[in-house]
Amino acid sequence: MTNLKTGRRSFIKKATLAIASAMAFSSGNAYALGYPEKEDLKFGFIKLTDMAPLAIAYEKRFFEDEGLYVQLEAQANWKVLLDRVIDGQLDGAHMLAGQPIAATIGYGTKSNVITPISMDLNGNAITVSNKTWAAMKPNVEMVNGQPKHPISASALKPVVESYKNAGKAFKMGMVFPVSTHNYELRYWLAAGGLKPGYYAPHKGDTAGTLNADVLLSVTPPPQMPSTMEAGTIEGYCVGEPWNQQAVFKGIGVPVISDNSIQTNNPEKVFGLREDFYEQYPNTTIRIVKAMIRAAKWLDEKNNKNRPEAVKILSKSSYVGADYKVIANSMTGTFEYEKGDKRSEPDFNVFFRYNASYPYYSDAIWYMTQMRRWGQISEYKSDTWYQDMAKKVYRPDIYKKAVESLIEDGVMKKSDFDDAVFTTNGYRGVQDDFMDGIPYDGSKPNAYIDSLKIGLKGKEKL
Amino acid sequence: MNPLKWSLVEPFYKLMIGEDRKGQLNSIIKMIGLPITGLLIFLFIWQGAASHIHTSLGQFPGPVKTYEQFISLQEEAEATALKQKKFYERQAKRNAQRIEKDPDFVPIIRDYTGPPTFFEQIGRSLVTVMSGFILASLIAIPIGIVIGLSSNAYAAVNPLIQIFKPVSPLAWLPLVTMVVSAVYVTDDPTFDKAFLNSMFTVLLCCLWPTIINTAAGVATVTQDLKNVSQVLRLSWWTHVRKIVLPCSIPMMFTGLRISLGIAWMVLIAAEMLAQNPGLGKFVWDEFQNGSSNSLGRIMVAVIMIGIVGFILDRGMLILQKAVSWDKSVTLR
Repeated sequence: MTNLKTGRRSFIKKATLAIASAMAFSSGNAYALGYPEKEDLKFGFIKLTDMAPLAIAYEKRFFEDEGLYVQLEAQANWKVLLDRVIDGQLDGAHMLAGQPIAATIGYGTKSNVITPISMDLNGNAITVSNKTWAAMKPNVEMVNGQPKHPISASALKPVVESYKNAGKAFKMGMVFPVSTHNYELRYWLAAGGLKPGYYAPHKGDTAGTLNADVLLSVTPPPQMPSTMEAGTIEGYCVGEPWNQQAVFKGIGVPVISDNSIQTNNPEKVFGLREDFYEQYPNTTIRIVKAMIRAAKWLDEKNNKNRPEAVKILSKSSYVGADYKVIANSMTGTFEYEKGDKRSEPDFNVFFRYNASYPYYSDAIWYMTQMRRWGQISEYKSDTWYQDMAKKVYRPDIYKKAVESLIEDGVMKKSDFDDAVFTTNGYRGVQDDFMDGIPYDGSKPNAYIDSLKIGLKGKEKL
Repeated sequence: MNPLKWSLVEPFYKLMIGEDRKGQLNSIIKMIGLPITGLLIFLFIWQGAASHIHTSLGQFPGPVKTYEQFISLQEEAEATALKQKKFYERQAKRNAQRIEKDPDFVPIIRDYTGPPTFFEQIGRSLVTVMSGFILASLIAIPIGIVIGLSSNAYAAVNPLIQIFKPVSPLAWLPLVTMVVSAVYVTDDPTFDKAFLNSMFTVLLCCLWPTIINTAAGVATVTQDLKNVSQVLRLSWWTHVRKIVLPCSIPMMFTGLRISLGIAWMVLIAAEMLAQNPGLGKFVWDEFQNGSSNSLGRIMVAVIMIGIVGFILDRGMLILQKAVSWDKSVTLR
């Protein structure tokens, strides 16, 4: 045992030396990555198709290629997953983009969690129950006998009003207070003139239902269909395969995909503790390397590998839903009303459009939404948003992994989007939201003020 | 023991040697025929009822579908065994390569990193339940003896036992989880926290029957024996060892048997919530998966839980019979 320990210690010394010298000699071109400091790792995930990069990195042995022995373990819900990353039971996990941000700014459990790689773009949809769809449908514009997409929440407005008049609450489900789904569902509702309710954490109100037209509540993704079937909620926003599951079970109808709410919106990220990276930098970079390879594999040659990926995901230890349910969205189609199958080639994006790069502006967009709905209860300066984004999103680690992959000869520079090497971390002005309001990540406060419904400026509830 | 006297063998043996043929036939029918008939009727009703229940995950699994899922679980386990072998081969190769480049490197052989198979999960459940049960027994038996010996101690402890006995495992679990994660802080954990959480929950729930029954057993020591002990001037320790323990063993084992039954029931719920690998987590994961095979797989687990529970109970019964000195009592 002592032998082993001293061996490890001297090795760490060597490795640090190696890194130091590598950094001293090179100006970022040649990067010799040392052996991983920690080889046995356990990662958590939630049963959703967008955990695919983890499953692929394991099954295709990209983790093993980096000398990492990874165990993947499904978690009960997002809260358990985050808590287990924070207390060290998990070394890292498939996370909602909002989770590392919220943990770092101290909304919910406070802990410095970082994001060295983004796992995917898009992948969510909003589904309503059959009953709600039947009531909504007369308000939806039809083209050739089929509903015209994207469907606005204004079609839902009369339904919600009829509930109000009957003295009932209209309830919908999302997966976590800081989840992308929560913000997307809120964005969709607000764009259609419905108020989704505010949070007031400074008064201890974390339900998010103040002044709400539609009451939103938390349900873990795999339980969404059964909760809607039981009548507890009238609809939900969730990742795949739980929207397609509703179609197959005949209990609900998806109305809009998040790609139509905002084109190529950032979705899951890989999150780990900041001190994990400080303690095990080589391990972290190697994890990112394996995941970049997995992401590339998933999108390679026009989604050629997707059927194989679906087969892997349908194993009961990963997502576990039926092949045909997962295959729908993963292989580029999405079924709305039963039989209304539409082509959605970008429903899940893992690598194209520089999908895995952790953009600061994406982090800031989530913070603007946290401010909009009161999770950030008071005014913050533009610099505060930028500093927080820099703290959580770590393109520096991502770039090291890219350099190392090119150095290893596993991937070529041309495999990557040019933006990886040129961007300053901001996407510039984005004009791809369904309500046409442009977003500029470098001016968060101006953006917050431009949104119709929501807290603005120095407003405080 | 003469195997020809075993209750399962005896009637056949007697039938062969021609002793009371009619009586033997009757007892064979009662022993084998009736349970089989019961089983067949049950399977028949199950199949019939299952075909009328349509869930959103498809039809409720009948015996045939359940059996199919059992076979598929077995096939998965075989496939995993193969993957496991390859995993170790790759690992050995990788270690060898690294030693070549870096002679100081001391390789560690790692366990297979893939998910546990159904059968491994049964094993893990058994390990968890037995650790909780054994720890609980080590705590409960001494307490039971002490409160059985002294009516004052009994009066002091009894209300506590009565209050904690009916508490559901689900109520304990959040407390146990928080305490374990606060107290068990190490850099190199030997035990998984999820394992500890479910084990302690099991422990808390299966203490009580053993305490109560041990105390009751200790109380059955007759005055005659107590007098003997006093006349011989036995020390307290010898008194406990030579007189109290032997007297209370049958009752103690009754308590242990009840405790183990409770432990097994509690474990499944604890594993579900603590996400500790085992049958409980298997059921939960399959429920979450919501695939068309999920219900069938859950049914396999349900039957397996029953069978394992039955075997545990029989095991305890055999032990109980072996240690019980009063052979006139029928134990069942």
